[in-house]
Amino acid sequence: MSEITKTASPATARPLMKTLLPWIGFFILLLALPNIFSSNVGLYTMNLMGIFVIFALSYNMLLGQGGMLSFGHAVYFGLGGFMSVHFMNYIEDGDFTFPMYLIPIFGGLIGLVFGIIIGSFSTRRAGTVFAMISLGVGELMAASSLIFVAFFGGEEGVSGDRTTGPDLMGINFGQDIHIYYLIAGWVFVTVALMYLFSRTPAGRMANAVRDNAERAEFVGYSQRKVRFVSFCASGFFAGIAGGLFALNFEIVTEENLNALTSGTVLLMAYIGGVGFFIGPIVGAVIFTLLQSILSNYTDIWQLYVGILFVLTVMYVPQGLTGIFMMHTAAWRMRRVGSLILPYLRAGIPALAMLTGIAAFLETIHHMRSSVEGETAMSLMGVDFDSHSFVAWIVILALVVVGGYLTRSQLPQLKEAWEMANKPPAQREGAGS
Amino acid sequence: MLELIFFSLLNGVVTGLLLFMLASGLTLIFSMMGVLNFAHASFYMLGAYFAYTISIYLGFWVGLIVAPILVGLLGAVVERYGLRYVHRWGHVAELIFTFGLAFLIEEVVQFIWGKDTKAYHEPEILQFPLFTFFGQNFPAYKAFMLVISIGIFILLLLILTRSRVGLIIQAAIHKPNMTAMLGHNVPLVFMGVFGVGCALAGLAGVIAGPALGTFPGMAFVLGSIVFVIVVVGGLGSLTGAFVASLLIGLLQTFAIALDYSVNDLLQLFNISFDADSALRDLWTLSLPQIAPILPYLLLILILIFRPTGLFGNRET
Repeated sequence: MSEITKTASPATARPLMKTLLPWIGFFILLLALPNIFSSNVGLYTMNLMGIFVIFALSYNMLLGQGGMLSFGHAVYFGLGGFMSVHFMNYIEDGDFTFPMYLIPIFGGLIGLVFGIIIGSFSTRRAGTVFAMISLGVGELMAASSLIFVAFFGGEEGVSGDRTTGPDLMGINFGQDIHIYYLIAGWVFVTVALMYLFSRTPAGRMANAVRDNAERAEFVGYSQRKVRFVSFCASGFFAGIAGGLFALNFEIVTEENLNALTSGTVLLMAYIGGVGFFIGPIVGAVIFTLLQSILSNYTDIWQLYVGILFVLTVMYVPQGLTGIFMMHTAAWRMRRVGSLILPYLRAGIPALAMLTGIAAFLETIHHMRSSVEGETAMSLMGVDFDSHSFVAWIVILALVVVGGYLTRSQLPQLKEAWEMANKPPAQREGAGS
Repeated sequence: MLELIFFSLLNGVVTGLLLFMLASGLTLIFSMMGVLNFAHASFYMLGAYFAYTISIYLGFWVGLIVAPILVGLLGAVVERYGLRYVHRWGHVAELIFTFGLAFLIEEVVQFIWGKDTKAYHEPEILQFPLFTFFGQNFPAYKAFMLVISIGIFILLLLILTRSRVGLIIQAAIHKPNMTAMLGHNVPLVFMGVFGVGCALAGLAGVIAGPALGTFPGMAFVLGSIVFVIVVVGGLGSLTGAFVASLLIGLLQTFAIALDYSVNDLLQLFNISFDADSALRDLWTLSLPQIAPILPYLLLILILIFRPTGLFGNRET
């Protein structure tokens, strides 16, 4: 306990304004976003982003904060969605009156109920056993969803109508912009709640159990109960995300609780960085952008996501947020500026190489999938003949020259990095 | 009824032995490195696709031999440069790595071979009914699958229990540090076992491709079932994997063949029910319907009540 109070005290000692500032900024950002991206596509993407932010954060309560690798988190998301869409239909039928904007609560509750049921036996162990049980439960639910047609609606799913509830000050959520503000409100509240949860003793003990379950037991906490609490809370928030999904798309299908969705949330959280609270938010935002924007330009965007994911797992296990956080030391010493030039020197050739690789994949894909005889293709605004010799030379040159230049720039980047992260005292010694 | 049982039994054994070919490699890898290789079924898929491409140019029999070797080499490379590198980030990262690899391999397969089912067929020499029983044909290719699977099982058993290499592998499974102390190159053993395990999965793919279809989702279909077998059979136990494979194979074929529902059971006791209630799906539930969920139910029950698996002696 003393450890907890010690680590917690500096945080409480910080001025209130400094603690609140990020949240005020977050609030303003949520309000301002639809004014910047007011198009339909923009709103659609941001709605999806908000839902995935909650979902990925709830997942990180397990993986990042509790050390539980789950392969079946979509179960709570999907069940929350189905429950919400059923309640939407009850409201439409006039069975009872309830404000539509609070519907995700029901999703959260069913997520919590299933979290309690499944958590009661799966949280006994972390690691592989937990992962396997979560996988089994996920497959079980996905298979059951095709059997129990009355609740899951079979292959075509269950659809509802979000505009039928009682109005809120004349707003019936018919337009996308209304649903955006609704989702934004839920995002703000749930993100704040999940952040606060990570600061409670329950959240802190989840970290302790993740790092060393045995020691946590000696302090007097049952590892199983600690995991159980995180698990239930995580199920609750995933259910809320599912409820918002139901409100936004007005349809929930079997796809929302199968292994693909479970894999997606793992991908989002891991690419963003599971070691940081903000990581899954970054991951969800980037993944949604990739999904909705990249998929407009290329058929093989999932291949890129797969490559990005495997590279992240191999070389940057702390995720994209981790890369940013690596710069805090240099930032504190006000030396980030000295890194810009080396980054540019290595980054521009690296970008050329990546463009070359992407062009290579795209051209191959075009050659294989296009109609017989059709050779003209367009890539990033450049039109060319995919079977021509020149195109291949350019692609090859991009990859080889870019790769060679990147490699040649790495030593200076490393040197600059070490310079920027050297403790101040040493730098003075070296300078004089 | 007799013919139904006979053919279900035969099909169950064929499926079970095919599953065993995948599970045997996976359980060895799992017990050695403690990592459940999510990409194992992806190597099975690669085996089928490699064999398909080879069979176009050189015929089925060349593919049968070359494709598993290629898959095995690929597996060894993955272990050497992927898994061993990720090992430094810990166990969870390794698990996530294999998961990502499975995702990536599926995408790569779609990229190279496309999304449609490939016309990968059994060789003509095996396209005849082996025997006819109660008017139902038993294809020769299934018998061929059976023979190959049994052959692999016996070979594996002999290598693991009778040869010096098998002795070292068994030692490395149980006490890797001590084996290394005795002067054996344990990382090399790991790489070899990983490669051979992948090659076995590839071989399973080669012979299953014509029977079960060669399409990008084939890894996903079988992937989680193989985990079930490894966990149910018990960690590092080949016997367990064998028994569990047959069990799952028979369970699935019999559940599909025997068309009984809860309704029939209730009528036995003269209980009727409201056909319109929300729980109506529960009452009309039939065995073929719940066939796909039976393995997972078994997995969860085993993990709760007997975490060591049927024949294992260590917890996962």
